[in-house]
Amino acid sequence: MQERVNPDKANLIAGATGDWEVVIGIEIHAQVTSKAKLFSGASTEFGGEPNSHVSLVDAAMPGMLPVINEECVAQAVRTGLGLKAKINLHSVFDRKNYFYPDLPQGYQISQYKHPIVGEGDVILDFKDGSTVTVGIERLHLEQDAGKSLHDQHPEHSFVDLNRSGVALMEIVSKPDLRSSEQAKAFISKLRTILRYLGTCDGNMEQGSMRADINVSVRKPRDDLGTRCEIKNMNSIRFIGQAIDYEARRQIDVIEDGGTIRQETRLFDTRTGETRAMRTKEEAHDYRYFPDPDLLPLEFTQDYVDALDADLPELPDAKKKRFVEDYELSAYDAGVLIASRAASDYFETVATGRDPKLASNWVTGDLFGALNKLGKEIGESPVSAESLGELVDLISDKTISGRIAKDVFDIMLETGEAPAKIVEKRGLKQVTDTGAIEKIVDEIIAANPDQVEQVKTKPKTLGWFVGQVMKATQGKANPQAVNDILREKLEVGEE
Amino acid sequence: MSDLTKLTITEARDGLAAKEFSAKELADSHIRAIDAGNEALNAYILPTPEKALAMAEASDQRIARGESGPLEGIPLGIKDLFCTKGVRTTACSQILDDFKPTYESTVTQNIWDAGAVLLGKLNNDEFAMGSSNESSAFGCCVNPWRRNGDETNLVPGGSSGGSASAVAANLCLGAVGTDTGGSIRQPAAFTGIVGLKPTYGRCSRWGIVAFASSLDQAGPLAKTVEDAALLLQVMASHDPKDTTSIDTPVPDYRKGLRNGIKGLKIGIPEEYRVDGMPEDIEDLWRKGIDWMKAAGAEIQEVSLPHTKYALPAYYIVAPAEASSNLARYDGVRYGQRIPGDDLLEMYENSRAEGFGAEVKRRILIGTYVLSAGYYDAYYQKAQKIRTLIKNDFTDAFEKVDLLLTPTTPAPAFGIGEVSGDPVQMYLNDVFTVTVNMAGLPGLSVPAGLSSEGTPLGLQLIAKPLDEETLLQAGYALEEAAGPLPVPENWWNK
Amino acid sequence: MKVDEATVRHIARLARIKVTDEEAKNLETELSAILTWVEQLGEVDTRNVAPLTSVVQMSMKKREDQVSDGDCADDIIANAPEVADHFFVVPKVVE
Ligand SMILES: [Mg+2]
Ligand SMILES: [Zn+2]
Repeated sequence: MQERVNPDKANLIAGATGDWEVVIGIEIHAQVTSKAKLFSGASTEFGGEPNSHVSLVDAAMPGMLPVINEECVAQAVRTGLGLKAKINLHSVFDRKNYFYPDLPQGYQISQYKHPIVGEGDVILDFKDGSTVTVGIERLHLEQDAGKSLHDQHPEHSFVDLNRSGVALMEIVSKPDLRSSEQAKAFISKLRTILRYLGTCDGNMEQGSMRADINVSVRKPRDDLGTRCEIKNMNSIRFIGQAIDYEARRQIDVIEDGGTIRQETRLFDTRTGETRAMRTKEEAHDYRYFPDPDLLPLEFTQDYVDALDADLPELPDAKKKRFVEDYELSAYDAGVLIASRAASDYFETVATGRDPKLASNWVTGDLFGALNKLGKEIGESPVSAESLGELVDLISDKTISGRIAKDVFDIMLETGEAPAKIVEKRGLKQVTDTGAIEKIVDEIIAANPDQVEQVKTKPKTLGWFVGQVMKATQGKANPQAVNDILREKLEVGEE
Repeated sequence: MSDLTKLTITEARDGLAAKEFSAKELADSHIRAIDAGNEALNAYILPTPEKALAMAEASDQRIARGESGPLEGIPLGIKDLFCTKGVRTTACSQILDDFKPTYESTVTQNIWDAGAVLLGKLNNDEFAMGSSNESSAFGCCVNPWRRNGDETNLVPGGSSGGSASAVAANLCLGAVGTDTGGSIRQPAAFTGIVGLKPTYGRCSRWGIVAFASSLDQAGPLAKTVEDAALLLQVMASHDPKDTTSIDTPVPDYRKGLRNGIKGLKIGIPEEYRVDGMPEDIEDLWRKGIDWMKAAGAEIQEVSLPHTKYALPAYYIVAPAEASSNLARYDGVRYGQRIPGDDLLEMYENSRAEGFGAEVKRRILIGTYVLSAGYYDAYYQKAQKIRTLIKNDFTDAFEKVDLLLTPTTPAPAFGIGEVSGDPVQMYLNDVFTVTVNMAGLPGLSVPAGLSSEGTPLGLQLIAKPLDEETLLQAGYALEEAAGPLPVPENWWNK
Repeated sequence: MKVDEATVRHIARLARIKVTDEEAKNLETELSAILTWVEQLGEVDTRNVAPLTSVVQMSMKKREDQVSDGDCADDIIANAPEVADHFFVVPKVVE
């Protein structure tokens, strides 16, 4: 196995016998965004009455045959391109044979030896500016299983095949991750990429993205330890908890003189612990062989190139562009590109305006407000166009930055256009120097002690500024106030 | 009126068109023949007389309106491997219990769309696994033919034994079967009728209970080559529901039927002269060669060096695919469920009681050859052998247009005579299985009688999608062989 | 290739078929005979031969992404041995 990441001190876990390193590999099952299933014309819509989104093919009636959905193939190729991965022009669908009530055919149609997508990379950015490159081993297309409900009846399980046959992409990472933080960042980044591509909605609560996490521990630079697989995780937060728990558990077992058994474990969200699955683990023997009902999946490089040409700009490229074109910090750019909607919003605000100012408003005031409201960017009460107009009002000095905050609050509440709010409430900035001079003169005349003090302590100029702003209800142009005060009080530029 | 059940499809079409009899009369005479003969022959496991009469009446109305389809009013029997909407379909296995499909297979739908009438579902080996029909959950079907001076019941061959027996005994005008390793051609040869396995992909597999997906192909069993051509004409289609179905137009198979075979090059594969082949089969083959020569064909020896490996390779590929195809019979969504203490036991009980001995044997062989550590040695190896077999044919077809071989290495045997040793039973398919392994079309034509007085067939093999030439040569062979005697009717009540 | 009784039982478990002691004994003999018979394939040199993937020379046709099926729950459960409220019912599975 390839060693791509050098042990980073910060990631090591202290144990009784010294430091330990956790090694994590992740398999993601991502539901392909498509109208119909991978091999049948039934709907992929979430929910629905039991067995209502099921065709005779999905229920594995005798004599039924799979016919592949071309869009699912295209989505897998797009995803492969988004992961900068090798697209295999020839791939093969295999049958993975096992018995389970929610697997109607008695086999899952999957890809084993010849997946549609080969090796690729995902780059993770961290707040401190560091990056980690995570290798992608492969991506393949396969069918989802149905759903068994075990908690409806004391002796029975109920089987609903609505999900049976929905297209999944299984994305397998290399064991390149070294902390729960990295694992969480990997899943977030992958989800961002899939959402940009429109190939998976990334909705983990509905099961559109599920992760199997392989965790092992070792002393730094030792060979890989025995791994345990934590199955079917569908929350990034819980994934972090599960990894931390599992790593500590394994370290404790080994330090107590035990050995780790390779097994499948489940994470209990209530206790925060992992436990071995109760189902008797028979030696898995899936008896893979090429599905004789399907021909090999073949397409041309032209087909791939055409899909590539239509790909949207991806997070990494967008981030680079934001840093270069808008001169944003890497951190701000990273925050903005985390979702396609946010980056689009920002670009609408920033176009033709001061990007730094736009970025501050979007990442600061807007995100803060949305956070408080518990709303997504798509549901923002302030449109990007309106926020742009507000930035215009600041830039052309119609209002000051401070007044802008008040205007923004009113916009959030009423949805009114900023110009209208300023107009209606008379918030226009006073830039008439004559008017400001008059107020300054009055304040100087009324406060001789302060005037005396400012001569030795130029910093107290701010007190005068405050007085002028107060007298004008914040509407005076701060720059003009500053200039006039300095001139009249004979305080030099700092 | 003479016995309408003795007609060929071609003759019945003419009679219907000339209003000599109605579709209802035609159906009715077959229903009576089934009533009288099925108890002894066990060809039909589910006769559908009411449905037949209703369909025949509808046919008569269409005929009256001048809207006849190509098989208008023709009563046919259907192998129980085809899913028929609302009509119990079991693959002759207990595990499907009273399964009533809510859908109709593409091939049978094509036939009904052409105006044909369903007489009932026909017996076959359980899940089409067998060469004698003895593995059917409904009991063995019986061959209408008997050996000279012997009342032993003979097998009709398999797996389409019911189809063959019903056609040979005039319990239908023609039948629809499937052929995975010889399951149409071998029973056709055993019962003295015509059986055609089309090119893999010529007929849709949609709605046919799958045995071995890469080998299964539907085809007709008929009294004459012309009838087989007529049936195939209707059965064949490109079906978007079957990814392995071929998207090329279906030619008019009857157009060149009588064109003769002058100048056709016919290959004789030396490897089909196997050790211990009975003298009468050798003789018949020689006779067939002479007939073809006399009809103006050019005979040429060819070599298919990997022939002997086709059968063992088949008995890896077919069980492997079957072990997976039959996993869906688990007692969860349809079919027989035998309860147990838990889910695992429910699976094991349902499948242990639902499947017969031969099916279990093949599922286990298939499971074994696909299991960890054995895939390369067995399944992969067999698929490589398949490539070599296919290449053999490709090479041979560079030199010749068709191949001529015996259909079977021996005539029909008695019920229970070969059941002891599975491998001995498998050898029945030694000449037919190569054709499935390479996906080619093959046709069995009745060509004479064995020394025991039972039918023998000769097989013609053509290039992929060259059913036209195949049928054309089959017609010439049929002409040269002349009319065969018919079995004496011992089966009527 | 000879298979022993334990192997017979193992593959029978994989295939979810219960076998009695007597059946296991018989299957041991029958499967061994079949596997020994197919061993003749070892005579053929297949080192440079690609396994056959399909006998038909064509490329796989694909479906358009349209919802064209489903909404037939009654048909789906029509033949089911045990149902409740359009669910299939099976003995309880413990994970
Ligand atoms: Mg996996
Ligand atoms: Zn998977």
